[in-house]
Order: sequence, then structure tokens, then C-alpha cells
Amino acid sequence: MPVSLASSKVIYEGLKECDVRLVSALPETWLVHLIRMTDEDPEMILVRLAKEEEGVGVSAGAHFAGVKSAMLMQNHGFLASINGIVSFAHLYKIPLLMLISYRGSLGERDPWQTQGGNVTEPVLRALRIPYFFVDAMETAKKRIRQAQTLAESSMQPVALLLTRDLMWEE
Amino acid sequence: MLRLDCLRSIYSELESCLVITIMGAVAAELQSLGHRPNFFYLQHAMGLASSTGLGLALCLPDQKVIVFDGDGSLLMNLGGLSTMARYRPKNLVHVVFDNESLLSVGGFPTATGTGTDLEGIARAAGVPGVSTVRSVESFTAAVNDAIHGNELTTIIAKVEAKGPSGFVTDLALLENRFQFRRHIQSLKRT
Repeated sequence: MPVSLASSKVIYEGLKECDVRLVSALPETWLVHLIRMTDEDPEMILVRLAKEEEGVGVSAGAHFAGVKSAMLMQNHGFLASINGIVSFAHLYKIPLLMLISYRGSLGERDPWQTQGGNVTEPVLRALRIPYFFVDAMETAKKRIRQAQTLAESSMQPVALLLTRDLMWEE
Repeated sequence: MLRLDCLRSIYSELESCLVITIMGAVAAELQSLGHRPNFFYLQHAMGLASSTGLGLALCLPDQKVIVFDGDGSLLMNLGGLSTMARYRPKNLVHVVFDNESLLSVGGFPTATGTGTDLEGIARAAGVPGVSTVRSVESFTAAVNDAIHGNELTTIIAKVEAKGPSGFVTDLALLENRFQFRRHIQSLKRT
């Protein structure tokens, strides 16, 4: 599978270095290595969800408990989480670190991903969610650390878009 | 059976738990009995009270967590029931007040009024302890057993579609949220 193992490893190390101890996730091709690494790490709590919006509640619970968390999802999962983000994370000022695989953008071969690709950034902007690209291994850890710091200090969701250049080896 | 009577019957037991409620009548009625710093009222995001309880229970395994859910909210997040059952934290008690209606928006009937069986759904999802109660006595006994028990429990409490006249209280949402987190952090220090 051409999902980048090396990039996944760097992203996972970035999360660990931020002291993230809970990850919620829904399987998606680009995230398979990250989910497996989380599952195999005894220091990490992995919550496999039925739908991504649940992850907003799970992360809020973790925040109340004083535990740092991250959400792993595809951009369609982000679209499926919007009410939770608005009427929980925004309403109650809950920090969320969202790692979103940016499907349906440049180079996408799967037709079913393309509409989600079109609207991901406009929706993030409409929701006033700060978002940044993670597109190179060299800067990935720094971006994750900075996004986690911003989510905590601003007490709001912050999105990192994991790009094809980073996640896929062709 | 009235939800307020149910809440009153276990109010003193809640002191040792972290409590999360859904919006509307459940939040207003629990507050009317007396707010405590260990109570968090999720005044929107329908469906996510149970997910919040799950996150809290997984992160604090030595702390009893109790969620007061409703039929309308649970029907919006049935998948979350399968997630709860998957991890089945022993310290999580999930109470569902089922009044067969969306009371706070005018009492429109939900699917539990036309035959959907939340107890059956919870059991089939894999929740280890499931029951339905129809009297205050059986409610009190079931919740007390669950609080002092050692398995994930979902209790469906069949209640009348009656609630308070208003839902807005003088507790600001953010005040509640910061107080709740601070309370939990103070527990960890002691």
C-alpha cells in the first residue's frame, strides 16, 4: 500500500511529543498506519468511532479529564462533524486538534472524494477554524506542535490538513 | 413516572460522580434540585453527551461517570452506543430518560413512541448491563446498583412527557464548563 509509512511515523511521533494520550479515529486509507501505531501503543487510548462527530464529545471528555487528545479523520469525516464542532467545541471553547486527510484535491483518482475536496477549505474558513497544511516530513512535527499549542491557548478547534504529497507515495 | 422525581431520588448519590446531562428539561430539572460543580450540562450538540461521558470515563478509570441522556438525543447518535459498548468502561453509567418525545421543541413524538426499543438496541449493541424501569423505586434501585456496580450500564427510564416551564437558567454555559473542569482537576490533586 503506497500510504507513506515514514510520514505516518513522523506524524505519530509529533503527537507523542505533544503529550497526546487519546486519539479518536475512523478508518481511512491514508490513516491506516497512524491508527495501527496508536492501537499498538500501550500509552495511548484509541477510540474507534462509528461516526466522526462522536470524536468531538470524546475529546471534550478527555479535555475535562486533563488529557490531551487528537482526532484522526478524513475530510468527509470533518464535514460529518460540523454540528458537534459548532455547538460543542465552539460553544464551550473546547480545544480540538483535528488531523484531517485532505482527499479529493490535486492528484485524486477516486471520483467519490472530489466533491469533499472542493468544499473542505471553504467550510473551514466559514467556521473560522484556523487550518494549516502538513505537506512535508521536515516540518510535520513542528506544525503538529504549533497546532496543538494554538488549540490549547485559543480553546478552539484547529485543523491540520494532511496532504497527498505527505501521505501518498506514488 | 416523572423525571424530576427520578432525579430527586438519586440526587444525593450524584455527589461522588461526574455527571453529564443533555440539554432541555433534563438539565433544567437537575439544576432546579441544586447545581453542583461536578455537574456538566451539554446545552446543545444533541447526541454527544454519551460520547463525552465515554471520553471522560476512559481517561479517568477510577472515577464514576454518569450520563443523563434522552430518547431524542440517543436516537441522534445510535452509533455512539456501539462505540460505548466496544470499550464498555466499567465506570460509566448511562441513563436514558425516554419520554417518547422531543419535549423541549414542542413535544413531537420520537420513534420510541411508535415501537423503537432502546433497551433492545443497547443490548444488541453489546452494552453488558441493560434494563428498562417504569417506577421511581425501580429507577432508584437500578441507578444505585449501576453506580456501585462494575460494568457499563444503560438504564432506560420510561417517563412522562412533562417538564419545567422554561429551560434557561442563570448558569452561563462557559461558567459551567470551566467550573466542571476545575473541579475534576482538583479531584486529581487530592
